[in-house]
Amino acid sequence: MNRNTVVWVVVFGLGAAGLAWRAAGTGMGSQYVRAIEVHAASKTGQQFTWTRYDDAFPKDRGQPDVALSTPRTLGVWVAALMTLGAFSFLFGDNPLFKLTQAIVIGTSAGFAVCVGFWSTVVPMLMGRLHPEFVRSWAAPGMPPDQQTEWIALVPLALCLMLLWRLAPWGGWISRWPLAFFIGLTAGLRLVTFFKADFVDQVANTILPLAVMADGRFDPWATLKNLAVLAAVLATLAYFLFSVEHAGAMGRAARLGICVLMITFGASFSLTVMGRISMLAARLQFLFDDWLWLIDPLNRRTGL
Amino acid sequence: MIPGWLKNLDRRWIFLLMFLAVSLPQLFGVSFPERPSRKVLDVFDAIDGLAEGSRVLMAFDFDPASEGELSPMASAFTRHCCEKKLKLYFMTLWERGPPMVQKALDIIASEHPSMTYGTDFVNLGFKPGLEGVIRNAFSNLHVDFKTDQAGNSLHDIALTRELKSLREMDLLICIGSGSPGPKEWVQYGAAPNAMRMVAGVTGVQAPQLLPYVPRQLVGLLAAIKSAAEYEQALIDRYPQLARVDQAKEGLRRMGPQLVAHVLMVLLIVSGNLVYFLGGQSGDAP
Amino acid sequence: MQRAAPLMIAVTTGFVMILAYFVPAMNDWGDMATNWFNILAAAALVLGGGNLLKMNLQQIAARSAGWGYAAVMLVSFLATVGLGLAKVGVHPPVNFPDAPWAGDYIQEGSALGWIYEYLINPVTATMFSMLAFFVASAAFRAFRAKNLEAGLLLGTAVIVLLGRTYAGVFLTGWLPESLGWLRFNRLTELIMDVCTTPGTRAITIGIALGVVASSLKILLGMDRPYLGSDEA
Repeated sequence: MNRNTVVWVVVFGLGAAGLAWRAAGTGMGSQYVRAIEVHAASKTGQQFTWTRYDDAFPKDRGQPDVALSTPRTLGVWVAALMTLGAFSFLFGDNPLFKLTQAIVIGTSAGFAVCVGFWSTVVPMLMGRLHPEFVRSWAAPGMPPDQQTEWIALVPLALCLMLLWRLAPWGGWISRWPLAFFIGLTAGLRLVTFFKADFVDQVANTILPLAVMADGRFDPWATLKNLAVLAAVLATLAYFLFSVEHAGAMGRAARLGICVLMITFGASFSLTVMGRISMLAARLQFLFDDWLWLIDPLNRRTGL
Repeated sequence: MIPGWLKNLDRRWIFLLMFLAVSLPQLFGVSFPERPSRKVLDVFDAIDGLAEGSRVLMAFDFDPASEGELSPMASAFTRHCCEKKLKLYFMTLWERGPPMVQKALDIIASEHPSMTYGTDFVNLGFKPGLEGVIRNAFSNLHVDFKTDQAGNSLHDIALTRELKSLREMDLLICIGSGSPGPKEWVQYGAAPNAMRMVAGVTGVQAPQLLPYVPRQLVGLLAAIKSAAEYEQALIDRYPQLARVDQAKEGLRRMGPQLVAHVLMVLLIVSGNLVYFLGGQSGDAP
Repeated sequence: MQRAAPLMIAVTTGFVMILAYFVPAMNDWGDMATNWFNILAAAALVLGGGNLLKMNLQQIAARSAGWGYAAVMLVSFLATVGLGLAKVGVHPPVNFPDAPWAGDYIQEGSALGWIYEYLINPVTATMFSMLAFFVASAAFRAFRAKNLEAGLLLGTAVIVLLGRTYAGVFLTGWLPESLGWLRFNRLTELIMDVCTTPGTRAITIGIALGVVASSLKILLGMDRPYLGSDEA
């Protein structure tokens, strides 16, 4: 065993011992639920009862209807370990990170399949082709006047053709739905991008070059509008590659580069800001929900 | 002049510094005061100026990846709309978005128990189809939406029974972190239909949305800073929210945010000092 | 047929969408086509899952490097699909208690909800948050003010980083009102208004023209990406 491995074994050992000690002493990571009896009657009058579990605060654990939730407590521990597994990439690629990655890719893809099936395939495809069946089984709330729409066979056929991509032969079959997809996107985007991102943006740049406020000339606002106009034109000049960037055009393009650099500098800062807030949220989960080191929401006051 | 260890500093030391910069303020509960800026107040006023009972679309187009950044905004918007007694229509275009919407519904259930599902708010759920869903929702909502997230017919829900399309909304609110998100809601919803819209976005996406302000977008909240300012504006207007710990998530986050930003500035400055004063090595990130 | 039919489909669909925008009488056609598009998008989610299954099965069968992780991925995928499609742990809706399959598929307390909350959510969020570490490392080791452009980028970054927190107020709040625009928080707003917005606007205009041009090429049959790179 080399020195590095020994160090890591010691670190992990101490960490695990510390966690075990803290978990035994404080119950950290424990999740509590409040059991709520749900009573419901069907349209035929038949009575149904089941129990729903709502989140409860650990400080309420002495109350009679509040109990420790094993699945949710286990979930917090799993989530914490998965978080640490993902963070382990900071020390380089390692088996723990690869395992975490494999689990998440698998579950995410599975999740997407379930969502696609229940949110769209059932109500929008099956529900149109066989409304009675879907109403009796998965969507009793479907409109009662929903009739069979045979036109829905077209998207069904397109879906099956798309899924044909998985077959070892006949790859050309999936080109039909792909062509539909691309054609529709092209038609849709042509108009909307032209309107919102070209016409409207040109309109947004047409600003008063001498701003009057309360009957008086406003030099700051005027200067600002002039700067905005100059910055847009200069940046566009930089992107105009069909004209040589020399003379006035070259100077405009140079100014455009400067505007772009400032834009990217601001974008960089905003990106950093976003990443830090995400990191803060993850650490808050570890410190609050799992380790019980902080309690910003006063969920454990008095424990 | 510059010590060798600094020139070839192991990046794990920088990771450790970043970890400490974000974790210590959280552990010690450090926070700083915020004052709402004009741009945040533009968004605030767009909602605050709506009459009671106005219809508002709440599009939550984000997932856990950006939840840390956008959740405080989404919660603040929800609280504001509830205080104003607006009619809320929730939906998402992201397959991992429904739990984000659920968190807003949980806020309504716990802080505004008098609001009733179906008459005060409705969850239209997730629909795949990217901008196609937006396009159809503004043309005819019932083409893509037959039921709500819970499977109830839209014809049986008071808020949606008479609703033909999203053109009948008084305001569009979109909280998003990518595509489809606020940009698509502007392109396919607000711009072609000349509707009022405000958005809350991640820092990464904010520059993309800036050109739409103020004509296509009445206002824009960018990153956690704007969320914190919005929370402060909300507390200033509705002082009872000062007692709700959950309503100050963004404000709490500004503590670690400040320390980490200062660290970033120090890293940029010291990196350049090392580069210019100590020869030109250690360029690999 | 293999080449002509997709071309016809793409061109027809594209023009239907354009006409639907301008001709109210054709709006229903646009609605219908978009609805099919949305259904197809759901099928694409299923296709993604199927593709993952296929690739991993191939990797496991070939015992290629990392096949163990492929097996873990496969088990995770199949377990999620099984639990999610079977709606394990889902209660029926209160207004339809006799329809056990009608409950919300991602209900709190359901198996799919658990997987989302405790597996997908934490790792996805952590993956993105880790960029904070890498960007900090890059700030120290790679961001150099070697020329004017790089200096502008870094200078702006520093001002905005400080201006977007209370540090900006702390450092420059003492400046008199006559120099108020130099306060980091106001300077940040000025940068956003006078540089970032116009800079991004110019990029947006450029992208819009690019999208319009590429869409036109598709609609006129000059660009046929759906045929694959070797057959277009």
